[in-house]
Amino acid sequence: MSQKILVALDGSAGGKRALEAAAKHAMLTDSELILSYIIDWTPYSFHTPEELEERHQRRESEIQRANESVLEPEARALKDSGLSIQTVVRHGKIADALVDVANEFGVSQIFLGRLGESRLHSMVFGSVTSALLQNSKVPVTVVP
Amino acid sequence: MYAKLTRILIAAFSIVVFSAPTVFAQDTSQQESLSPTQAWIQGIENPNLGYRSWIHGIVPPESISIEKQTGIDATINAATAPVAEFIGKVVFFKIPFFGTDLPVVVLWLVIGAVFFTVYMGFINLRGFKHAIELVRGDYADPKSKGEVSHFQALATAVSGTVGIGNIGGVAVAVTVGGAGATFWLIVAGFLGMSTKFVECTLGVKYRNEFDDGHVSGGPMYYLRQGFAERNMEGFGKFMGSFYAIGIFIGALGIGNMFQSNQAYVQLNNVSGGALDGLGWLVGLIMAAVVFIVIIGGIKSIARVTEKIVPFMAVFYCVFAIIVILMNANTIPQAIANIFSGAFTGEGVTGGALGAMIIGFQRAVFSNEAGIGSASIAHSAVRTNEPVTEGIVSLLEPFIDTIVICTITALVIGTAQVADPNFAGDAVGVAMTSAAFEREFTWFPIPLAFAAVLFAFSTMVSWSYYGLKGWTYLFGEGVNGQNIYKLLFCAFVALGCVVQLGPILDISDALVFLICVPNILGLYFLAPVVKREMDSYFARIQSGEIKKFK
Repeated sequence: MSQKILVALDGSAGGKRALEAAAKHAMLTDSELILSYIIDWTPYSFHTPEELEERHQRRESEIQRANESVLEPEARALKDSGLSIQTVVRHGKIADALVDVANEFGVSQIFLGRLGESRLHSMVFGSVTSALLQNSKVPVTVVP
Repeated sequence: MYAKLTRILIAAFSIVVFSAPTVFAQDTSQQESLSPTQAWIQGIENPNLGYRSWIHGIVPPESISIEKQTGIDATINAATAPVAEFIGKVVFFKIPFFGTDLPVVVLWLVIGAVFFTVYMGFINLRGFKHAIELVRGDYADPKSKGEVSHFQALATAVSGTVGIGNIGGVAVAVTVGGAGATFWLIVAGFLGMSTKFVECTLGVKYRNEFDDGHVSGGPMYYLRQGFAERNMEGFGKFMGSFYAIGIFIGALGIGNMFQSNQAYVQLNNVSGGALDGLGWLVGLIMAAVVFIVIIGGIKSIARVTEKIVPFMAVFYCVFAIIVILMNANTIPQAIANIFSGAFTGEGVTGGALGAMIIGFQRAVFSNEAGIGSASIAHSAVRTNEPVTEGIVSLLEPFIDTIVICTITALVIGTAQVADPNFAGDAVGVAMTSAAFEREFTWFPIPLAFAAVLFAFSTMVSWSYYGLKGWTYLFGEGVNGQNIYKLLFCAFVALGCVVQLGPILDISDALVFLICVPNILGLYFLAPVVKREMDSYFARIQSGEIKKFK
């Protein structure tokens, strides 16, 4: 049975580089690629009543945008490689959501690009990359 | 059986509404023995401001006294005062009750709350743990991530109710009703949880989903549909429209002019009167900020305040607890006073009953259970289980009344034990402020800041409630909505400039008048809620609804 590799895309150059590396690896190992886009979201935020009302439509459009502007073009670009590809969009805390997707699809590896978070940002909010490294049950490859 | 109950309820409703004006003449006979402060608070010397001081616990300083009026506001006031007085007297119609006055509207809300508590099998106790599990996301389906969470719905509804009343209203209640009022305040908060459960469940169940996916819900929708289901279509339409008009006008008064006015007063007080006569400027700035948020769609400002408001609420509670602990030696006496006052009511008009009525009244005015506003906010949440929204909403009266109001009462209570005269003549917000000031001299400044933010978040929430009343009446057209929003902004500015006392009184009265159709609807639809609730808990029990965490 072929293995699955999860790639975290966010529309940035780092994500693209991670995808390149993951694609190479997938060809060598005959693995399936899972392209994911995580929309940063927390259930513990504060909104106006109007925002609550619009939330459902906004969620739909966020998912659509992630698919149309990032996941689908990337998947199309890899069409000729013959790799088998799935895409998934999720809302959540980025590191936690990646771990959840990894569990759900039973992937054997995660690839992501370095996010280039500033030191201050990581100090205040914690680094997504290190949170993922701490929580992932499978090997994680961080592509610079 | 049901038809009979229906007829009885309609008859009772008609009697309350239509007999009130003919009887209210007796109203003023009872009040000779009050001190000037009490009389003022009860609105006898100053009927134009009286109801408001009751509802919001605000005693306006000299700067906004009605004698100063000149020009347009005086004309408008003169024209509307008789109407306001009439509506106010009808809505807050008081019946003499063992030597004290009992407003019928409070009785109506409390009886409703008792009934729903019993009928739903003490859902306020049974559902409490489950409410916390829901808010924590234990039952949240990972696939619905990105939709409105239970926490978000709760936070939004709470910031609509937590306001200046939690700070000042409690002080007024303790002044008039004695320490014992606190006990009854907690009891009423506890009962109000059941009313909230019923109205929020119905809000979600009967909301209207439009083709583009957006939803509108609230009492006007469940009143219309619920009565239609019982073959009383015409009555339901009438009740729905009546509710919508009430919430719309209420949104311009209680939820708008009153708030911007109080924000201005707080700013002016804390700056030592530096803003005297600059109401127009403060009003314009506030109107501009509200305009940017509700019309400009710049949600970030709203988001900032929506974040700061819970923070301020927590900040307030933490400091309140510190102040209470600094007076630790007086805590036992303060608590003893609350219990003894609740049953003996020494030195209070009307004795223990007086304390009880005042406590109930404060709780009802504070947590809005029975008014139906939270139901509008909760309706926006997408869920397959209306009951879950109801259960989460149980926590609103708990947070608003049982936690925040009680803490305020204890701050005042402990200060009173230490120094019965700590506040001098101060009442309302100033009294609470004085209790804090005994320990932290700088406290009035953040307190005023908190009051302004509370006012702002209340305005944002109520602009939405009013909008839903408007769209119910005039349709969902974008132009119509923008007309409403412009009107709303204009009233924000007006609130700081003109003292439209009678208009505010009409608005206050209407907000409490709409609890009449709302609670009536809740009685009719309670069996629907009970069925949903029983089925929901059965499915939890059987494991059909699973925890995801």
